[in-house]
Order: sequence, then structure tokens, then C-alpha cells
Amino acid sequence: MRVLPFGPGALLAEYDSLAEVMAVDDALRSSGLAGVDDIVPAARTVMVTFRQVDRVALDALLVPTVREPRPQGPIVEIPVVYDGADLDEVAEATGLTTDEVIEIHSSQTYSAAFLGFTPGWAYLVGLAPSLRLPRRSTPRTSVTAGSVAIANEFTGVYPTVSPGGWHLLGHTDERMFDVNRDKPALVLAGDRVRFVRT
Amino acid sequence: MIEIVNPGIGSSFQDLGRLGLSHLGVGRSGAADHPSHTLANRLVGNEESEATIESCGGLSVRLHQAAVVAVTGAHGVIDVRHGRPMAVNGVEHLPAGAEITLRAPEVGLRYYLAVRGGLEIAPVLGSRSFDTLAGLGPQLTSGLRIAVGPDPKTPITTDLGVRPPQTTEIHLSEGPRRDWFTSEAWSILTSQPFLVSPSGNRVGARLTGTPLERVAIRELLSEGLVEGAIQVPPDGQPIVMLADHPVTGGYPVIAVVASYHVPSVAQARPGTALRFRHGAG
Repeated sequence: MRVLPFGPGALLAEYDSLAEVMAVDDALRSSGLAGVDDIVPAARTVMVTFRQVDRVALDALLVPTVREPRPQGPIVEIPVVYDGADLDEVAEATGLTTDEVIEIHSSQTYSAAFLGFTPGWAYLVGLAPSLRLPRRSTPRTSVTAGSVAIANEFTGVYPTVSPGGWHLLGHTDERMFDVNRDKPALVLAGDRVRFVRT
Repeated sequence: MIEIVNPGIGSSFQDLGRLGLSHLGVGRSGAADHPSHTLANRLVGNEESEATIESCGGLSVRLHQAAVVAVTGAHGVIDVRHGRPMAVNGVEHLPAGAEITLRAPEVGLRYYLAVRGGLEIAPVLGSRSFDTLAGLGPQLTSGLRIAVGPDPKTPITTDLGVRPPQTTEIHLSEGPRRDWFTSEAWSILTSQPFLVSPSGNRVGARLTGTPLERVAIRELLSEGLVEGAIQVPPDGQPIVMLADHPVTGGYPVIAVVASYHVPSVAQARPGTALRFRHGAG
């Protein structure tokens, strides 16, 4: 773990694994440390923004400790039509057939590690190692909302039309984020997700 | 009641934004030039959290009732139909029927228009800010009529706002990924001018200058961002994150603009030469 500077009102703590990130994120949230404005977990980092904060206490919370695993959240089933523009490319890059790619992707139960980028963007972990690919070398300037995609150790669904560099496997009609619902984000950190082939 | 006769350019409702919703992937948004937003509200006796209209000019608003209004931020001609032009940073008592038009700014980029009593717009996730990146929040459209809130009964104690002039000498401090860049890149950033590009927006101010070279090109896993973070994409041209920046970003952050100079960056017009100084911040 190392702590990187991010101006006088923030810091970025970097970790070796997502498991450490999640442990520190949980520890920070449950501490309710005064003066902390926001906690932004990501794949290998936790960013903390703060005003006047007990820096010694904050630094102590940034040290990852073995914690109880997160209680498992509810299972959210997301129906997917596997017609993504990158299916063939993914099959070629992984040495699988497109049917095998679909079969592997839709047979796992994923877990939402954190939300980021834009509203409702849940980073889901549990992707089979055989499907892990780096992001596309040239991101698309526009990806349609509902696109189901993979990149690195993650899979996820684009909540809104946005630029994007992930590999597109299919699409869903589920709305990942809707401010008119009691619970705007369909998937929250800790929830489990299954993609159901339709 | 006020009516949007013409939305103009880059106009949106803004307030202090949405704090603490990053766990939903929701960023703060809010006024790009925070002190100008709060000043506009203070001039008319509102709480700082009341919504204002942020506009890059061309906005026309008709008052369907007498109202106390103030415009802050950018400097430019503010026409009042059948009346004398309004002064920037002053309190104006206008009759029903008055129509205010913000002409293209002459200094700065973003005006803030506040109405005493506030604008009665339903908040979305606790804020009346429109987040242009997320498409989240109340839309400002032509013909929209908005009720003005009840008179806050506060005395108007400030009748002329004074703010330090915008600066082009911007203080910054080290960012988390400074070591991804060559030492020349750091000295270029802190010694050479960078021009504000016309392609910037509320998400970020895009700058052009001598490219900032990386030591090694590798993939950065997305990580948290703050307002004022200077992200550098592979083309080496820096982007200063503004109010509608994404919660996380995938380009390395070389430096962070001091929070007190973020409004100056948000108000910098295309073509402005900014100079960055490593210093207090």
C-alpha cells in the first residue's frame, strides 16, 4: 500500500488487490470518521476527500486489515441479448468460440465491487480468467446505453450512452440507473448479478 | 414566475451540487464557478444553496412578476428590455414584464443569474444542478416557466459584490501520477503557457501546449478524480477537471489545481494562456 498526493484536500491510496481496496473502503465507511467528505473506491485505489480530518486516524484506516467478507447482497438478474459488436473479436482474442464466450459470461454469479465513472456504473467482479482482456486500444466515442461489456477483471453494463473502451458482448433493456425509482441504481456495491441469456 | 425565452449557450440550473453520492457513480456537479454562484445568491439575500442559472451568454429570461435579481461571474452587457442595462455584481429591482438578456461575455465565460426567493425547481437526488456528463438533473429549455420562491425576508446587506479578478497564473500541487511523466513534462507544465481550447466544457477545460510526455505508456486502471485534477491523455494535452468530471477516470493525473484557482480555470475563455505555478495549494 502507498499513499499518493492529490492536492491538500484529497489523497489516493494504492493497493495490490481489489480485495484490499474493498476492505479499506468498508473500514472507512463504517468508521464514520469526521471531516471525510467522500470515499471513491476503484480497481486498485481508494480516493478520500476531506476537510479538517484527524490525519493519524485516517492513515490508520488506510492500512488494509483482514475483515469479515462482505455480507452477500441480493441477486439481480439481468436479461441479455448477446449480439455485441465485439463478440467475434473477443472469441478470437481468447481462443474460444462466440458460443463459449456467451456460455462462460452468462454462467457466473458476479459481485458488484464498487460503482464509478457515471451514475449506476457497477464494476462487477467474478469474470472467468479466460475472458480477461485489456481495454480496446482505441475507445469508442459512443457506446449505447444497456451495452453489456467486459474489460480486465470486470464486466458491467453501460447505464447511459457514453464513450467507452470495453468489449461489447450484448445488450439489456434493464435501466441501470433511473432517478424515478426509490433505488436509482439497479445494482449497488455488494449486490450479486447474473446475466441471463435471452 | 420567470420564463426562459431563450436558453442561450451552455445554460443550466446549478446549485452547490450533490455531495457524497459517489457510491452510486454520481458526481458532485454544481456551479463551475462556485464563488460567483454563492455571490449571486448573497446579493439577492438568498441562501447559498438556492439554484442559479449558469450561462455562457445568449440567455433571455422574462419576469412575470417584479423581482430582485443579480448577475455575477462573467462580465458583459446585460440588456433589460425597456430599461437600462444591468450592472454585473449589483442588485437590481426589476418590474414585472422585464426581459433580461445576457450578451456574449467580454471577460470570463460563465454568468450566474439569481432571483430573490430562489427558483422553485424539483431537486433530483438532492440537487437542482444539471450534470452535463451524467445527463442528470433538471433541464433548462426554451419556454420553461419557473415559480419564484417566497421572499426570504432577509435584509439585502450586500448591494455590490467584489471578487478578486480572475487570474491566469494558476497554482497547482503534485498529483498522484506525477512519476508517470518525464521530469521535462513537469518543468514544461510549470513554466510554459497552455492555451485554453474551444472544445472544453463543464466536464473539463482542455488545454493545448507542448505535449507532456510519459515515461512509459501503460494502461491506468480507472481511479478517483477531484475537481482541479489535471488528467493527461496519451496525446499529452492536459485537461483540468471541472464540476461535471466523472467520478473516476482512466488517465494519469499529473497535478492538481489549487481549489481557490479552479473558478479562474472555469472562467478562462478559449485562447487564454494559463501559466501554472507549483506553490501553495
